[in-house]
Amino acid sequence: MQKRVLAIASGGGHFIQLMRLSPAWDGHKVSIATVDPSSRALVGDVPFFTFRDVSRADWWRIPAAALDIARILLRVRPQVIITTGALPGLIAATLARPFGVKSLWVDSIANSEVLSGSGGQAGRVCSQVVTQWPHLAAGKVEHWGSVL
Amino acid sequence: MPFDRLCEAMDAWAAANPGTPVEIQIGKGSYEPRHARWVRKLALPEYQARVAACDLFVAHCGMGSIISAIEAGKPILILPRLAELGEHNTDHQLATARHIGIRPGLHVAADVADLQARATALLAETGVAPAPISRFADPILTNRIRAFIEA
Repeated sequence: MQKRVLAIASGGGHFIQLMRLSPAWDGHKVSIATVDPSSRALVGDVPFFTFRDVSRADWWRIPAAALDIARILLRVRPQVIITTGALPGLIAATLARPFGVKSLWVDSIANSEVLSGSGGQAGRVCSQVVTQWPHLAAGKVEHWGSVL
Repeated sequence: MPFDRLCEAMDAWAAANPGTPVEIQIGKGSYEPRHARWVRKLALPEYQARVAACDLFVAHCGMGSIISAIEAGKPILILPRLAELGEHNTDHQLATARHIGIRPGLHVAADVADLQARATALLAETGVAPAPISRFADPILTNRIRAFIEA
């Protein structure tokens, strides 16, 4: 059964890590969402969306980002969300959760000594949280491997 | 976030090494290079083309830069951003340097002087490059994510 998948990440390393996971959704109906329009060239022939970025450092941008992400969710109607962070991925999982959408948080490989701030919150929102570092796996946070 | 310390250091290096073309992406930094070519922000495909074409990639200790260098098989010289200098919100780039910087082909600089000295040394020996890797993560990880999607 083909699933509708939304793969979402902020820019820079978050997006590059997301792209390295793409064999995971091969054959499913995936849509990609990120912040940088020039990333479209890397995603191939799948629906591509951008949203206004936000981070904890500029939290006052949350409403604009949440509005963009809500629009993307309405267009894509995902059954599964996969995110490599950061805060916008958490917003997507939070908005979609009341509708029974399953979500996976893959904490960035940059977080090698503590889980990211959003990754810590993700445990309360996402169906599953994974770390890319075996020594950070604890409780419900599992280690399934890394992008490298 | 700006990283003027890195931009200034490599601009000074460019001034001292006029025979080596240097191009710097400065982002929102306030320091505008006077010796090196510079650009605010490259589109992602152009950025990847620059990394693929360079002899040495000098960057902050961010995973986007590091993965791009590894995928392109280019030696990368990295200077971690420091929270105490306002270069990032946390010191996670120091953690990245400790845990990832040990991979072959990755060269972590301690400070600006070390960065400039290593840039010269790495170019002289044409640097050790990272081992080539697949475009994609280990199938063990992507298969588990696929199982999560299909469950």
